[in-house]
Amino acid sequence: MKDHYDIAVIGAGPAGMSAASLAADHRASVVLFDEQPSLGGQIYRDITRQRAADTAILGAQYYHGKILAKRLAASAVEHISSASVWHVSAEQEIGVTVDDEVAHLITADHIIIATGAQERPFPVPGWTFPGVMNVGAAQILLKSSGILLPNPVFVGTGPLLYLIAHQYLRAGGKIAGLLDTTPRSNLRAAVRHLPAAYGQAEQLWKGWRWLRDLRKSGIPFIRAVEDVRIIGTKLAEGIEYKANGSWQHLATETVLLHQGVVPNVNLAMAAGCAHQWNDTQLCWHAEVDKLGHSSVEGVSIAGDGAGITGADGAETLGALAAIGALTRLAKIDRNACIKLARPLHRIQSRRAPFRRFLDTLYQPAAQFRLPVDDTTLVCRCEEVTAGDIRAAIRLGCSGPNQLKSFTRAGMGPCQARLCGLTVSAMIADELNQPVAQVGAGRLRAPVKPLELAHLAALCDPE
Amino acid sequence: MLRIARQPTSIVNFYFAGILIEAQAGDSVAAALLAAGHGVFRITPVSGAARGPVCMMGVCFDCLVQIDGLGNQQACMREVRDGMRVEPQDGAFDALPARPVEETP
Repeated sequence: MKDHYDIAVIGAGPAGMSAASLAADHRASVVLFDEQPSLGGQIYRDITRQRAADTAILGAQYYHGKILAKRLAASAVEHISSASVWHVSAEQEIGVTVDDEVAHLITADHIIIATGAQERPFPVPGWTFPGVMNVGAAQILLKSSGILLPNPVFVGTGPLLYLIAHQYLRAGGKIAGLLDTTPRSNLRAAVRHLPAAYGQAEQLWKGWRWLRDLRKSGIPFIRAVEDVRIIGTKLAEGIEYKANGSWQHLATETVLLHQGVVPNVNLAMAAGCAHQWNDTQLCWHAEVDKLGHSSVEGVSIAGDGAGITGADGAETLGALAAIGALTRLAKIDRNACIKLARPLHRIQSRRAPFRRFLDTLYQPAAQFRLPVDDTTLVCRCEEVTAGDIRAAIRLGCSGPNQLKSFTRAGMGPCQARLCGLTVSAMIADELNQPVAQVGAGRLRAPVKPLELAHLAALCDPE
Repeated sequence: MLRIARQPTSIVNFYFAGILIEAQAGDSVAAALLAAGHGVFRITPVSGAARGPVCMMGVCFDCLVQIDGLGNQQACMREVRDGMRVEPQDGAFDALPARPVEETP
């Protein structure tokens, strides 16, 4: 690793791989840091060492990642894996720990944050029992280790939920049930976006086929589920759900939750990049220009980390962020920038109607974002319940930062990744204010745990 | 736990709470433990509740274990190595255990 690069890219998913490759093609010195031992991000996870005998299980869309990985391998990009970035500053300084052994502070003339998405918190009673996982976790286990969890009940809404359930079907995995929480009213609202989304009929057809196969598979497939609670004593033992006004029960040791994905904002927010509340995706979006440049000079944000666009969108936005960075660093001129960016902007705008359709159809219902039951844990790390949070708000607590002092919510090791959205939304709901006004809790470096000895070793003994 | 058919790889042996666990090379500690049927990774410091992995991608911090004596390790972010000693994390990890007081003669 060098002390300085023209461009540093953080995250080796579709956006990061695409940004790094394109930047290196234009003779920039590029480092690509990735937290995982092997590249691909979550969507193309372990793509370069995938060993599944039957490629139909993960599907053609997954194997598209091989093209990105090959292009990256052929480039001059310095890819550093198992590299956990815990700090990005407005001075373009990056703090990173490699292999859990040595911390480094390096600089880059331009930083592209491509930290992708994480699953939205889904706070329901019992969601902390061992055996309750995110749907994405089940897919990671399948991609990285070929593991099928025993007898899962899939719960929630969104394309990823149906995709992973379908992958379980293709892999011959047993499924105990699919509880679809998509509100019926969402379909009515989404239909009006359908004509414009016709350009992506292939995607619509694919989604329709997953749902048809899941319905025909004979698994219990319950639609318009209004409420859920996970039952257990120490471990998950089953799930109760309310549909058509009555409560039912499914026995299982594995519950897989999903309410869509949201940008992974910790690094960008800690770097000081401005964010706005998005009322359709119900999450924070980074304020970026058409080439991904953030409010902090020399820092761009590409892919799902700035707002959810999906893997193909992330690949395009990664390329656009690289074009922006190359232009700022005078590696390419203004004309080249326009020539390279124009066709990519055109592709991206063609995808927008389908994204609007998905965002509307799979917008999570209020009761799955704002815990109804006061005993539900909101902050899993510090074990703060919805009741604790509501009580603090009633005592006059007006924002997520003050709420930390009152309750410790958001102060545990996950640094609000699993409660931040819930806390802001709950304050907004209780005080009858827009979430944009309530804001997000302050995030600070180090955004990932850092050993004190590693930090101390960075100090210049002089 | 069931695994899909895959091209063969080497076997890695490590310990969880003193029990020998057989894993596949490339497994994360969390994946290997789940595959071996271990769902509880830690006991929370506040209420003493059992927790296991949630996200498998370094976000949730619910899979914290001790690895080779070091606490607060995300089991989903570390690959298994031969001879690795993994312990469930019971409560908060004590990074600076009290040193025995030296008795003056």
